[in-house]
Amino acid sequence: MIKVENLTKRYAGQPAIRDLNFEVSRGEIMGFLGPNGAGKTTTMRILASFMPPTSGRATIAGFDVFEQSLQARAHLGYMPENVPLYSDMRVTEYLRYRAALKGVQHRRITERVGDVKELCGLKSVENKLIGALSKGYRQRVGLADALLAEPDLLILDEPTIGLDPNQIRQVRELIKNLGEQHTILLSTHILPEVEMTCSRVIIIHKGRIEACDTPENLLGKIRQAGGVVVEAKVGTDNGADELKKISGVREVITEGEDDWKRFSLRVESGVDVREEIFRLATQRHWAVRELTQRRATLEDVFVEITHSDAV
Amino acid sequence: MRKFYALFSREVRGYFHSPIAYIVLIFFLIVSGIDFYFQVSFMNQRQVQYTVQEAFFNSVFFWFAFVLIFPLITMRLFAEEFKLGTIEPLTTVPVRDWQIVLAKFFGALVFYVILWIPTLLYFAIFLKVTNEPAAHSAGAYAGSYLMLLLLGMFYLSIGCLTSVLTRNQIIAAVISFCAITLLFFLGLVQFILLDVSSETRDLLGYFSAIEHMGTFSRGVIDTRPIVLYVSMTIVMLVLTHQAFQYRKWRL
Repeated sequence: MIKVENLTKRYAGQPAIRDLNFEVSRGEIMGFLGPNGAGKTTTMRILASFMPPTSGRATIAGFDVFEQSLQARAHLGYMPENVPLYSDMRVTEYLRYRAALKGVQHRRITERVGDVKELCGLKSVENKLIGALSKGYRQRVGLADALLAEPDLLILDEPTIGLDPNQIRQVRELIKNLGEQHTILLSTHILPEVEMTCSRVIIIHKGRIEACDTPENLLGKIRQAGGVVVEAKVGTDNGADELKKISGVREVITEGEDDWKRFSLRVESGVDVREEIFRLATQRHWAVRELTQRRATLEDVFVEITHSDAV
Repeated sequence: MRKFYALFSREVRGYFHSPIAYIVLIFFLIVSGIDFYFQVSFMNQRQVQYTVQEAFFNSVFFWFAFVLIFPLITMRLFAEEFKLGTIEPLTTVPVRDWQIVLAKFFGALVFYVILWIPTLLYFAIFLKVTNEPAAHSAGAYAGSYLMLLLLGMFYLSIGCLTSVLTRNQIIAAVISFCAITLLFFLGLVQFILLDVSSETRDLLGYFSAIEHMGTFSRGVIDTRPIVLYVSMTIVMLVLTHQAFQYRKWRL
């Protein structure tokens, strides 16, 4: 659906993105992750034919976004960052206008506008001026707009930014449902969102693709693949040394000054050491009040990949 | 064509959604009303060689109001879209750039025409009250309004170009005001610079909007100004289209 080859964009000589290569196939929900200024919006804007790349090429449904921009745009529903809208129009009026621009057949406009209003929960504000809408509703108008022409591909730039947790959940559900019929490329900062909705993830950093895989594989690749946290009263024993003897445990970090000690264990991936720990504790008469397996999250992946920038 | 119509009707409605339209309409009605009143009362006091209609379209009042309305009509056209970022959803739908440029131009032109409709009433009222026509012939009306349309097209296209060059409406308005005023009063240079050669004077005369207005409002329809203004409008719109693409790509 999307094919990007050696895509580069420079602003006044400064590269914003460098040699991007990736593909999104039909039916996928692709998450686009990266710190601020990594080049997410630039990439999406190029894909939406809003600006041309400095070099390289990108195609949507086989159409070059620059050479055959009109055909490429016809396959696309694009929701720009911050959703700029005409504040002097009413919601229905705006959606009808956008439907006409997107070439929705005249007799189908009313039906399509009604459908997207229903889908995005805009019925209650349909006659309001867009300028009077809250951020959450403006966001939904943007999403409704992107869906109007039933495009094969949706490009959503930060669809959940500025929403409250309930609205985020609603939008996430909506995106998941949309993923059944559409190919989606979405960018976001919110990592749990990607884990929950996306079938594949691209992590972009300083204009380069650092990783491109399924969320599960990315998690598997990361060094701190998993960990176990044990909180126990070990008495006179040196808890850390005892725990290190268990096979599979690589490293133990001890915290806590009083009787209760907190041990964070790094474990080889694919090994579950909790049973061994339980046996050890009963054997040495430790009192245990916590024994938890900690799953690595995409946040860990993200931090590890983009860490060089963080300090 | 349907896409063009959607863009165009949004432009025209956009004027009436904003207070600017009403301010311009009221301002223009007041100034042109005063102009008409002054011309009629002036002619009541002495014998003159011209008609009410000629006087109306050739007074200082008229010129003043005339050059001021163009920046007000055109300043928001592109500048606002760039400022609000709505240029992004606008240019990512399958619509051609020239459709956007033409829709904005014709939207402005329609508003400009609406602005002039009330002035027809002045002549109707004059006829009713005095039982005298305000002009010699129907051709004089046709000539004046044709010239208004031609000048309007040219100056609106200048306004389009200045609006596409900046995201600040005030800057767009100031630049187009300066350009339009200079062009409009270019014909006056021949009265100020007395030592210029007669060739230069003739050349400047070709560009003199005031002179064109004088000729057309007498009912003399000259094809030279028609060609000049239509072709200049096209040039300005082509430049607007180029500048629009350039600006869009540089964002």
